[in-house]
Amino acid sequence: MSDAAVTRAPRLAPRLTAWQWARQNLFGSVADSILTVVVAIVFGWLVWHALDWAVIRADWFGESKEACKSGGACWAVITARWRQVVAGYYPEGHLYRVALAMLFLAVAVFPVVKRDLPAWSALLAPVGVIAAIAILGGANILPSVPTDYWGGIMLNVLVGLTGAIFALPIGILLAFGRRSDLPIIKAFSIGFIEIIRGVPLITLLFMSSVVLPLFLPAGVNLDKLMRALAVVTLFSSAYMAEAVRGGLQSVPKGQREAAHALGLGLLQTTGLVVLPQAIRISIPAIVNTFIGLFKDTSLLYVIAILEVTGVIRQALSDFSWLGLENEGYVFVAFVFWVACFSMSRWSASLEKQTGKEAKPAREPA
Amino acid sequence: MGRGGFMERMGGARGLLAQGLLIFGLVVLAVWLSGNAGANIEARGISTGYGFLDREAGFDIAQNLVPYEPTDTYARVFLVGALNTILVASMGIVTATVIGLIAGVMRVSRNYLGRLVATTYVEIARNTPLPVQILVWYNIALLLPPPRSALGADGVAFLTNRGVYLPQLWLNGLADVAVWGSVAFILAAFFVSARLRRLRTEHGKGASPHWGWAVAGVGVLLAFLGTGNPIGIDVPHREGFGFSGGFTMSPALMALWIALSFYTGSFIAEIVRGGLTAVAKGQGEAARAIGLSEGQTLRLVILPQAMRVIVPPLASQYLNLTKNSSLAVIIGYPDLVAVFAGTSLNQTGQAIETLSLVMLFYLACSLSVSLFMNWYNAQSAVWATPR
Repeated sequence: MSDAAVTRAPRLAPRLTAWQWARQNLFGSVADSILTVVVAIVFGWLVWHALDWAVIRADWFGESKEACKSGGACWAVITARWRQVVAGYYPEGHLYRVALAMLFLAVAVFPVVKRDLPAWSALLAPVGVIAAIAILGGANILPSVPTDYWGGIMLNVLVGLTGAIFALPIGILLAFGRRSDLPIIKAFSIGFIEIIRGVPLITLLFMSSVVLPLFLPAGVNLDKLMRALAVVTLFSSAYMAEAVRGGLQSVPKGQREAAHALGLGLLQTTGLVVLPQAIRISIPAIVNTFIGLFKDTSLLYVIAILEVTGVIRQALSDFSWLGLENEGYVFVAFVFWVACFSMSRWSASLEKQTGKEAKPAREPA
Repeated sequence: MGRGGFMERMGGARGLLAQGLLIFGLVVLAVWLSGNAGANIEARGISTGYGFLDREAGFDIAQNLVPYEPTDTYARVFLVGALNTILVASMGIVTATVIGLIAGVMRVSRNYLGRLVATTYVEIARNTPLPVQILVWYNIALLLPPPRSALGADGVAFLTNRGVYLPQLWLNGLADVAVWGSVAFILAAFFVSARLRRLRTEHGKGASPHWGWAVAGVGVLLAFLGTGNPIGIDVPHREGFGFSGGFTMSPALMALWIALSFYTGSFIAEIVRGGLTAVAKGQGEAARAIGLSEGQTLRLVILPQAMRVIVPPLASQYLNLTKNSSLAVIIGYPDLVAVFAGTSLNQTGQAIETLSLVMLFYLACSLSVSLFMNWYNAQSAVWATPR
């Protein structure tokens, strides 16, 4: 690689006065100045009206849309149903279980967020997810709550995280399979990945709701949500495989050779040398895959699983809240935006970080 | 991969065992699944096989690009749905590219406000779910005025909450001849100019590659004049309580189109930005130093290098857009998934058959895009400079 990339001196930005900055960034030329003025007026007008509608003139509480009289947004439709928005129709006396389940999900993602934990901590992920599902469902210890009552933002988080956490190991296997020298394993991995990536998620969700029951033995009735979870997991494993493949490709060949030279076997080389580096490098890509998956959970309402979009649509079809589509959809979009935007910032900062760490590790040119 | 013996190619005894186990496991799984499916299908009295494709569908489809009647077959339904998918996907691809290009260039512009607006758009559009965006745009499309107080002008276009009425090209008489003749001329021009360019770059001789296009232009002109210009414009007119003539774009199609364009446009913007910043600054400076104009610098130096970075992810965005058009089902646009994996599936009950056909359609789309990408990568690899 060229020296320039490694030894580039940090460029010192000259300190600009406000006026100099404006000259450079706003009024560089006549055309630039005209553009600036036009854009400033249109953008300012839009932002002002959005703020005016969403915050300044908004009504926040009430029992029906009659309570909203100020002419701004009628957020009462959300606040009046906040319980459904958060947890669907989960019984009121058992909401502490939702909080507990979310806590366990937080434990499940801990090994991903905090990256310098020992390797065994990866086991926290599946354990946390299974514990969360058990707490929500009851698992014969707590009173049983059927999945029909689960819903709201809780369900988006649950499906997104469960899908991602179980998809990751499958994705790692597929990524190795795709790079394998064994022709049948390679063909199977490529076939699986490309078929899953080639079809829309919605067709797979239809599969889960109408075709999957046909393939189960007579008398076995797998829950609708569990079927969807299985399909979502398979779906994201194909994308995880591609995210991990990128990481595998960027582990220098010398690492593998050095491990062999030390006398490590194939499994040890893979598990102790290649995989840890590959995962570390591909974490930003994995997070990006998760962002996509999390956005996709809004599709579940199409197969009648009441995640947050479904709950809101139900609220909007209620007679006392008719005609508040703007409020409902803006709210859902905002919820997803806050989550996805912060995750994408985090993933971008990770990318910068790994980029810096990876530099000295490269072989000299 | 070497030319070793069978055992060697299979990775020795261990490799053979592993792969044998994989195949065995897959076969067992397949036998178990199909056994279950057979029993379940029999128990529920669902018919099997693809014979239903020849049966009468019996339902109407709100938008059909080829003639369709409820008395037509399910095979015809598939065609109508696939064409509707292709229609909204192609419309989306064009506008998403335009939006993405503009926003991508704005992201690296010198103007701070330009950057701010583009960044705001990109961060909002790609961090909110597409289904929600589609619902928002659909809601906006339904907020347009009713036909009686439609926005627009007679003989041009109308905006209403029952759809948008636009001028439409009509074809008659020898239109097929004219259109296919033009396509043939353009394809020929493509190959001729590629050949001429190769002659020039490899041997430094031959006519300018532009001659190919000049000939194509004359050919297209002749094709239309020779067939008596069979193409005209049909404009919408007010008639009673509605409109006649022109092309009617339903609110669902419009919402889906706009949402797909803005959503995919935000991803394309990031790709364009990445491509533009990937071209080293020195390249542009060097090009200007040897006397190329701004336009030439962009066209001959920056873009060819940026395109190598831009095109592969761009193609996968086009594919994503096509797959995402299946979200049509949530607002009732009759795309392939809605009419075939929806209505047809419900009527026939043959879930496996209908869904497999729909999936095959999308797989065929991805396969053709991958083939194109392989071809493109092979082409552009010629330009790759060793680092």
